Amino acid sequence: MREKTVLRVGSKFLIPFVLIFALYVQWHGDFGPGGGFQAGVIFAAAFILYALMFGAQTTRKVMPPWLTRFLLCLGVLIYSGTGLLGMYLGGNFLDYFVLASDPVTGQERGILWVEFGVGVTVFAAMITIFLTFAGQDTEQ
Amino acid sequence: MTEYLIIIVLLVFMAATALALTYLRNLFSVVMLSGVFSFLGAVLYVFLDAVDVAFTEAAVGAGISTVLLLGVLTFSKHEEKESGHIISYPALLLVLVTGAALIYGTLDMPLFSDSMAPANSHIARYYLENAPIETGIPNVVTSVLASYRGYDTLGETFVVFTAAVGVLTIIGRVPGKRSNKQDGDKPDQKKDSV
Amino acid sequence: MNILGLLPYWIVVFLMMTGFYVVIAQSNLIKKIVGLGIFQVSVFVLYILLGETTGGTAPIMAEGFVKYNNPVPHVLILTAIVVGVATTALGLALIVRIQKSFGTVEDDEIARNEGSW
Repeated sequence: MREKTVLRVGSKFLIPFVLIFALYVQWHGDFGPGGGFQAGVIFAAAFILYALMFGAQTTRKVMPPWLTRFLLCLGVLIYSGTGLLGMYLGGNFLDYFVLASDPVTGQERGILWVEFGVGVTVFAAMITIFLTFAGQDTEQ
Repeated sequence: MTEYLIIIVLLVFMAATALALTYLRNLFSVVMLSGVFSFLGAVLYVFLDAVDVAFTEAAVGAGISTVLLLGVLTFSKHEEKESGHIISYPALLLVLVTGAALIYGTLDMPLFSDSMAPANSHIARYYLENAPIETGIPNVVTSVLASYRGYDTLGETFVVFTAAVGVLTIIGRVPGKRSNKQDGDKPDQKKDSV
Repeated sequence: MNILGLLPYWIVVFLMMTGFYVVIAQSNLIKKIVGLGIFQVSVFVLYILLGETTGGTAPIMAEGFVKYNNPVPHVLILTAIVVGVATTALGLALIVRIQKSFGTVEDDEIARNEGSW
């Protein structure tokens, strides 16, 4: 797909905006539709577009295997870590109201961290699955 | 009334897409029609005021699923095998019996868009009244998902993680470590990585 | 028996049965995965139809709206959609593996290669 100039230039122009939109959806999930899952998928879609245009090997230079594996585990650890932090600070597992001095602020903070963890894991999972499929041999 | 008509029209489009999908043999067209089906579902969700679900269905169902199906399609033939008969009658009989049982079940259901239905009464009212006050964020779906039902979302994150690990285990391979056909074609003797 | 009130559910049952037929009657494995996807989407549509109320708006608190839709089905279906795509991804990975081992994705041809099990 390298030879198609319009596709190449167009995707180079679009990818930063897709990434910004993904971050917007992640952090504004509290005020409108959105949240962790949608943001992770949209973030992965930008990388998938890059892989479709410039090849999976080039994408692996940006997202090496150790990085995707690390992000895959990091999201789950952030989520469980928030739960354990609630336990450490005096409540039960996944209690958010103990995370700040005021219970409502604690809930907001807990929801933000938890959604971020979900977004990171979903992004890493989608990228891993796509790059694994793309890296297969095509000679069958 | 117009909203109801739009919903019925969208459902009929979805039914037509599903029927076309059953009869087509070209797998590329089948994958494209499944993408169309998911997009129609996303539009239907917008009309049913389920905006979070529409977002997720469009991104995940119509985006990621179609891309993965196309990725798999590069490894297999693009046409389904020609079969002798068009319809399989035992399967059709089973499907008709199940459909009749389900329709018999819907006769007891509350009518469409009924505010007094039991599904809309007990816990939904509690969440709609108390979630903005207790959590301080306007989006009730996010607060229920992340705070009131946080365990389910933790489990779901684990499921996504397991799916990625599972895909790595089944078809992952280390690039550049081919054994130069020393022991025949055994592509599954490589270590897993991506 | 109010037909207009139950018609959306009946169309959804038709969609479900179409997906079910594709899963059990077609022999190509990729088409079976697609049929499973149709079945899943129609079940989700059924749940969201149950949560709809007349005159309600999306369950996001805003000025000027007093009647909101039921948020609980939306939460359940959000989880279900993501789990559905995880299942689809694993099923497709298995299909790639089957293609490598048997050379085909038609299930009657796979069943005939008894010696390769």
